[in-house]
This record gives sequence, C-alpha cells and structure tokens, in this order.
Amino acid sequence: MSTHPEQSNDDGSKLHPEPVAHDDDAMLRDGRRLDHAEAASKPLRSRPEEQPRGAKIRGNRPVDQVEAAARFIAAPEHEKMHDERLWDLRQKRDQEMHGIPEWEELRTLASAIKEHTLTHLDEYLEQFEANARSNGIHVHWARDAAEHNRIVHGILSDHGAKSLIKSKSMLTEECGFRPYMASVGIEVIETDLGERIQQLDNENPSHVVVPAVHKLRTDVAEVFARTLGTDPGNSDVHYLAEAQREANRPLILAADAGMTGANFVVAETGSFVVCTNEGNADLSANVPKLHIASIGIEKLIPRLGDLAVFIRLLSRSALGSPITQYTSHFRGPRAGGELHVVLVDNGRSERLGMAEFWTSLKCIRCGACMNTCPVYRRSGGLSYGATYSGPIGLIIDPTFNARKYSNLPFASTLNGSCSNVCPVKINIHEQIYAWRRELVNQHEVPLAKKIAMKAAGALLSRPAAYRAAIAAAHVALAHLPRFVIYNRLNAWGKHREVPHPPKQTFHSWYKANRGGNHE
Amino acid sequence: MSSRDDILASIRANLPRVDRPLPSVPLFDDDPPASLLSAFKDSLHRMGGVFLDPPHSGDVLAPVREKIAAAKVVCSSVPEITGNRDIAAISRPQELADVDFAIVRASFAVAETGSVLLSEADLKVNALAYLAQHLIVLLDPADIVVNLHHAYRRPELRNGHYACFHSGPSATADIEGVLIHGAQGVRSLSVLAIARGANPLPDTGSRHHDQRFGAAHPHSEGGV
Repeated sequence: MSTHPEQSNDDGSKLHPEPVAHDDDAMLRDGRRLDHAEAASKPLRSRPEEQPRGAKIRGNRPVDQVEAAARFIAAPEHEKMHDERLWDLRQKRDQEMHGIPEWEELRTLASAIKEHTLTHLDEYLEQFEANARSNGIHVHWARDAAEHNRIVHGILSDHGAKSLIKSKSMLTEECGFRPYMASVGIEVIETDLGERIQQLDNENPSHVVVPAVHKLRTDVAEVFARTLGTDPGNSDVHYLAEAQREANRPLILAADAGMTGANFVVAETGSFVVCTNEGNADLSANVPKLHIASIGIEKLIPRLGDLAVFIRLLSRSALGSPITQYTSHFRGPRAGGELHVVLVDNGRSERLGMAEFWTSLKCIRCGACMNTCPVYRRSGGLSYGATYSGPIGLIIDPTFNARKYSNLPFASTLNGSCSNVCPVKINIHEQIYAWRRELVNQHEVPLAKKIAMKAAGALLSRPAAYRAAIAAAHVALAHLPRFVIYNRLNAWGKHREVPHPPKQTFHSWYKANRGGNHE
Repeated sequence: MSSRDDILASIRANLPRVDRPLPSVPLFDDDPPASLLSAFKDSLHRMGGVFLDPPHSGDVLAPVREKIAAAKVVCSSVPEITGNRDIAAISRPQELADVDFAIVRASFAVAETGSVLLSEADLKVNALAYLAQHLIVLLDPADIVVNLHHAYRRPELRNGHYACFHSGPSATADIEGVLIHGAQGVRSLSVLAIARGANPLPDTGSRHHDQRFGAAHPHSEGGV
C-alpha cells in the first residue's frame, strides 16, 4: 500500500531519509492537530459511491442548476463529505478571524484599497506596465479570451515550445485555455493536485481554491487508475498524492514553458504575487526558461505595503490558515530566463461601468462565500455549469452570458452569509437580488419566477402587508394538508421538510415582549 | 487601435464616478510578542515546519549534519555547510532534480506567519528550494520581523526579481481534506537559528557575492 519513496540504496540506507509521515502523523504533532494548507480539522470518512456529474450544458440554453443539484443531493456520500468539508473550512476561517483583533479593520482597508484602485484602474495599469517593462518583463494586453489564447500561443510558438506546465488559474479556465491549447497541439500539464485531478477527469474545477473538493477519494482512485495506471482498488490518499507527484515530476522537468496566474499585481513595483500551498507555481515559473503569467486587469493594487493587508486576509478567509505555504513575488525574469505578462480584460472593463455590480471586481477569489453558502455546500460547484460557482459566481457569471446563466442568481437563500465573510466586503447577496431584477428586466427569467418575484417585491416593500402575509403563512402551514405544501410548484418542499411554523411571528412576539415603547 | 489602447479607453469610459481615496495602512504592531523567536517558532510549527533546536554546546550545526548524514545528494547555497552538489556549477535548474537536501539561508523571517523569505540571492538557483526533497533553512534570529506589514517594508521585496515566503513545506489537502506534505515541492522544511557569520568558516556574505545575479540585476541586492 505504501508507495512512499523509501527506495533503498545499495548500502541499505534510505534514499530520502525522512519518509512521508502516515496519515495521522502528518496531521498531528505533539498530540495537536496541525492546521495549515487546506487540511480538514477533523478526519472525514466516506464510503464509495458513483460520482454525480455537473450541470448538463446545452449550448446557450439556460443552465438548469436545480436539476444538477438534485443529482448531487441524491448522492448522499458526496453531499455529506462536501458539506462537512466546506463547513469545516468556514469554521477554521472563523477561528483565524477571532485571533486577529484588527480583522474588521483589515477588511475595511482591503475594500477601500480595491475600490480606490478600480476607480483609478487606467492609471495603475499604466504604472504597472511601465515598471514591469523597466524590470525586463514583456507586457501584453488581451481584450478577450480568444486574444489571450492567441497571444500565449504566439509566445510559445516563438520559443518552439510544445509543452507547458501551469499552476491553477481561474482566468485560464474562463478563457477555455486548455481546450484551445489542445487544438493547436500544445500539451498542458496542470501542477496543482486538485486541478490535475480535474484535468485528467476532463472536468472543470468545482471550487476556486479546492478544485476537486466534490470528489471522494474513491473517485480520485478511479481517475488515477484510468489515467496514471495506479491500483484501482487503492484509494489511500497518501498513495494517490504520491502517485501524482511521481507522475508529474518528469513532465515538470521536461516542460518547455511554465505558466502561472497572479493573485495580486503591484503597480508601484511592477511585480505580481502568486499564492499556492503546493509550491507548484514556483516549479512552473522557475524550472523552464520561459514563464508566462495570465492576469486579469482587476488584480491591481497600488503599493507593496497594501500586499500585507491582502496576504493576511487571503488564506485565512479561504482555508483558515494564516498564510499559504508559498507566497511568491515575481518582479522580473530570472538570469537567463524570460518573463511575459498577459493582462486580460475579457469583460472586466465593461463590468466596471455597471453601477450595481462593479464592486464584484474587488473579489480576490478566496472562496469564503462558497464555503459558507448552504446552497453551494449541498449542490456542488459543477451544478452551476459555469467557470465561477457559488455566491460570487451568481453575480459574475451573468456578465459573461445573461441568458445561459439566467437561473444562477436564483440559487441562493439571500441569507447574507456570503457578504458577511467576504474579506473585501462585496455586498454579494444584495447583488444577487439585484441580478434577479436585472434579468427579469432583460426578459431572461421564465414567467413563474417573474410572478413570484413581483409578488415578493410588492410584499417586501410594504412592511404591514409582509407581516400579515407571514402570519397567514404560519397559519396556513400549520393547517394545510401535505399535498398542498409538498408539490412540484413549491421548490422549497423538495427533498426537505418545510419547518414547523412558530406559534407566534417574531414581530408579534417582539411587540408583546420588548417593543412596547419603541413602536 | 491596439488592444492596450482599446482596453484603457474602455476602462476610462466605464470608470465609476465616485470618490474613493487610498487609505494609509497601519503597521498593527502595538502589541508585539515578548519574543519574536519563540513566536516565529510557534507559527512555523503550526505551518508544518520543523524548528531545529541548537545543541547547548559544541557544534551549532550538529542538527543539520545529523539530518543530511544519510542523504545521497546535498546542495548548499550557504558557506556554513558544504554539500556534494556545487550550486555554482549548475547551468540548468533540471540538474537539481535529484537533490535530497537543499540548504539555504533566509533573508529574514516573519513571526506572525512562521514564514522565511528566500530571495533569488539566497537561493542562487531559484528551483533549488522546490526540486529538492527536503529544505533546511538557516535563519539569523536578528532577522525576524513581527508581522507581514513590517515584512513588506523590506528591500528584498522591493528590489529583487524573485522572492518567496516559505511557510512550512509543500502541502495539499485536495483529496478529502487529508493533509499531505510534499505535494509537488519539498517534503519537509526545517529551520535552524544561527547568526550570520557565527560559524567557524568565514561568511563571505551569502547574499551579496553572487556574481551572476548581482551583475544581471544591479538593484537586486537589498541591504538589511
């Protein structure tokens, strides 16, 4: 079972004297659980079960998120693991937050720095470009995904490069980069474990930080058995991770070029920063001679000192870890190497002009909103059928295609938890609601949803009517026969019991007990 | 119009007409830990790194020598330890693929996060810290800053072409949250506290004498 690299030398000594610690040893030290990278704070266990697949994509037709989510929920092992794993990340994030007295101040600063940068984005991009060029970086600009792919292909062709190792980048997912590269005969090798699993399974990442979080270890064992030739009956996580490391290593050493994304771009120094836990961005950037970085134009921040705010927030929000294992700063090519940056718009400048939605560009892709979202945790990222899933996806995806992603803003309870955990204070749930209105106005929403929204809007705008409706609903819920509550018209009654109505509404309780003097 | 001009024009046409001043960022250092070294040690430990306790007397490098005793290939970029793979003779990063132990000195460390900063000048060949199976880092206890706000005031991040905070070893938990060390990069990271120039060998200035990088990038040598 163990494939740890404990090959013996001729003299009997170990080649690598510190063998990989086994499961619990790696998790525990001095009897205390280690708490870094994306590790779970408690052991999670699953039983084998066939993996539910994501949303069915039918051209430009609206993605049916509910249908795909229903299939995910119908796979209880997957649903349970996914839910527990992401809620654990959310709880670890909370612990980190409580350990930093200035947490709220950092969020306020991060939001203010991003809003300032976005409202001066042209100036900061020009500043970055000038500084990066003087450091020896080649700077390219791409209006859209197609131009990005053409530019990268051009750089690779100029160098006669046929293979590319890359670290995880949501932007390249957005650009359909891997399919494009396959079409021009360039081999792309993902070097992040989760992203590599997804690449080998020909599936999109389901989460911006943990791309294969929707898979069980048995799913990974099946993928690796099929693609890497591992033992199909062995789903030991150390075995699988080690098999992938050993399979990727020769590809990394032989690659003609390396690619990374960027988490942050600093205008005043002309540098960019990549955060990983595996060190795979540093391998991709530092082993081949040629390094290409694909960067969305919204990643800019003005000063080096601003980085501290974002680095302190990013991994704590994402994984409940104080920092990623690797925080890599690139300011110029290494000796004998070549460094290219491709700045990509792909709809971002247009989004900047959307009065209600431009602040979604503040997003630093930590995934905290996904981890906390009850809909996301129980439906899996692939049910959204889009590059970005979860709450942030609901407000970004429609900017790419309002028709195809017209259902997504409805995959939310509007509970506001996403906005509360967002490290850059994006009002995510308010934007989700605003998108519903926007899509109704654009006629991208079917009639049943429109009527429900219109009725809800009328109710919510009149407090007295809302209170009367709630009281009436409680009475109705308590007395209506089951078939009236649990039918196909009430999506809230599917797969769940509608909660027992309280004997009294909150408002009437408040009025009777506390509110006497304040009405 | 070029794509560059197109994009900038589109941004200018769409800029939100709101006033958002750039805030100044405090250093958040009002309440520093009593000992930066022990705070660093705790944070490093939490990130999966190993702090090597120096012996009470005798050879301060003994814990390092012990670790590398059974290793086949050792590559050192520090004068304190001589390996059997000469970093100065490396012409391609791929030549480091079989290194068991790499030994380097950190520019500085961060108590808050248990991070050590390794710059291009510290590494000599950047890939050394990622292709090796295990990494040992020498750290001068005088080179520890309290938090990331102080870290970003350091010259290495302003002037060098490459610098990376290492906070523990390569790690992943991409499969069911199970923690794995050595996902792609080093399987372990150990830190030994030892002052610069405190060794029996003369320290020729590990960060400042490298001709290849020094010559190519005259501004890359951040003074401390």
